[in-house]
Amino acid sequence: MDVVLGIRLKDCTLIATSKSVTRGISVLKEDDDKTRILNEHNLIAFTGEAGDTVQFAEYIQANIQLYSMRENDIELSPKATASFVRNQLATSLRTRKPYQVNVLIGGFDTKTGKPTLNYIDYIGTQAILPYAAHGYAAFYCMSLLDKHYRPEMELNDGLKLLEMSIKELQTRMPMDFKGVIVKVIDKEGIRKIDV
Amino acid sequence: MNTIASQFNNNNRNHVHHEINESNGGYGGVDKLELTPTMTLPPISQPTDFLRAHTDDATNPDCKIKIAHGTTTLAFRYKKGIVIAVDSRASQGNWTASQTVHKVIRINPMLLGTMAGGAADCQYWETWLGTQCRLHELREKERISVAAASKILSNLIYEYKGMGLSMGTMICGFTKKEGPTVYYVDSDGTRLKGDLFCVGSGQTFAYGVLDSEYKWDLTEEEALYLGKRSILAAAHRDAYSGGTVNLYHITEEGWTYHGNYDVGDLFWEVKSQEKSFNNVDG
Repeated sequence: MDVVLGIRLKDCTLIATSKSVTRGISVLKEDDDKTRILNEHNLIAFTGEAGDTVQFAEYIQANIQLYSMRENDIELSPKATASFVRNQLATSLRTRKPYQVNVLIGGFDTKTGKPTLNYIDYIGTQAILPYAAHGYAAFYCMSLLDKHYRPEMELNDGLKLLEMSIKELQTRMPMDFKGVIVKVIDKEGIRKIDV
Repeated sequence: MNTIASQFNNNNRNHVHHEINESNGGYGGVDKLELTPTMTLPPISQPTDFLRAHTDDATNPDCKIKIAHGTTTLAFRYKKGIVIAVDSRASQGNWTASQTVHKVIRINPMLLGTMAGGAADCQYWETWLGTQCRLHELREKERISVAAASKILSNLIYEYKGMGLSMGTMICGFTKKEGPTVYYVDSDGTRLKGDLFCVGSGQTFAYGVLDSEYKWDLTEEEALYLGKRSILAAAHRDAYSGGTVNLYHITEEGWTYHGNYDVGDLFWEVKSQEKSFNNVDG
């Protein structure tokens, strides 16, 4: 029941991931970070099968970084990053043991100066969206975001919207997910925000 | 005469052996490309199905192999180092196979690993981890970090994911760079850094005591007692945990063994001293 939420705003993208790790009936960790930094302007957030998630994210991270090293510090754009990840998942789906990982990729395109949010699931569905969520969180948050989201929102409004969503999840979801880690991707790069 | 003889032929009577032989003929005979890297797999077509058919107690109560499953193990980090406490019961199904199992694996003088789930899997792969750590030392002229050691193990386990490995382990150590460090590694490939973990069928009971008394500034004596007491709680409430408690402590100088305590004696000692366990007469 991990929570992974993303909201694209006027000039940045917000990514929120739940902090708890549960195995069976025990919470094993309450300060887990379910994101990896791919390059200066791309962040991947993940949920899914235990073990697969981190292995997949770190594999993607290594390959994106390898690209930058080979190409003389040129960054892979958010669109290219998302296409690469989708391709990896789609290829993996036809193997004996596919990666069962769903991801959101928050990015900032330095060429066009626009923030992006990519939704990709383990089957290989890719969509560029203004807001997205994986798992049970989507059932509660999508309607809320459908109503309250505006494309020209600034960071402050975005954080308020995120707070609304998290509050709804905390009141309606049966499990305590121990709060969220929030990260912003904008033209300055990636940074964590205290909530 | 042949029909009588074949009854006593071991090949025909041993179903497991027969299955391996059969599949060996079909799959083992294929020419292998010797130059490509390969992963060692059992010589059968579907390792997962084979293992499930012969070990899964839930779907087949008559299965031939019963993997030791019941356990309580814990490890926690605090100001002075790390405390590791484990029980010693090995149960195979409802049968208590042994009361004197060492569930702490001494990977090397600085690193300890705990054992929950399949005893053989943990014992084999954690001693294997020991050799990998030694090779790292020889290559790099430096002791391996706990982070690196635990990642070697978790990557190996991930390669074998879904093929029937069963492990829940804590890799514990103390290095100059990291300080006291505990990593949780399990057979679905999860690897987590943390202050405090309990693993096994009795984990909930151990968490109950440990969480209520744990704080960072514990003295060494308090910490060791808390570890011992938490395992006792689990041994008391969990049918699949018990026997004795084994205690370890890790500091910058490496690990030290802090003894073996019979739960039968420890229980009455703790009960009279703490005036706890009031649900039990005597």
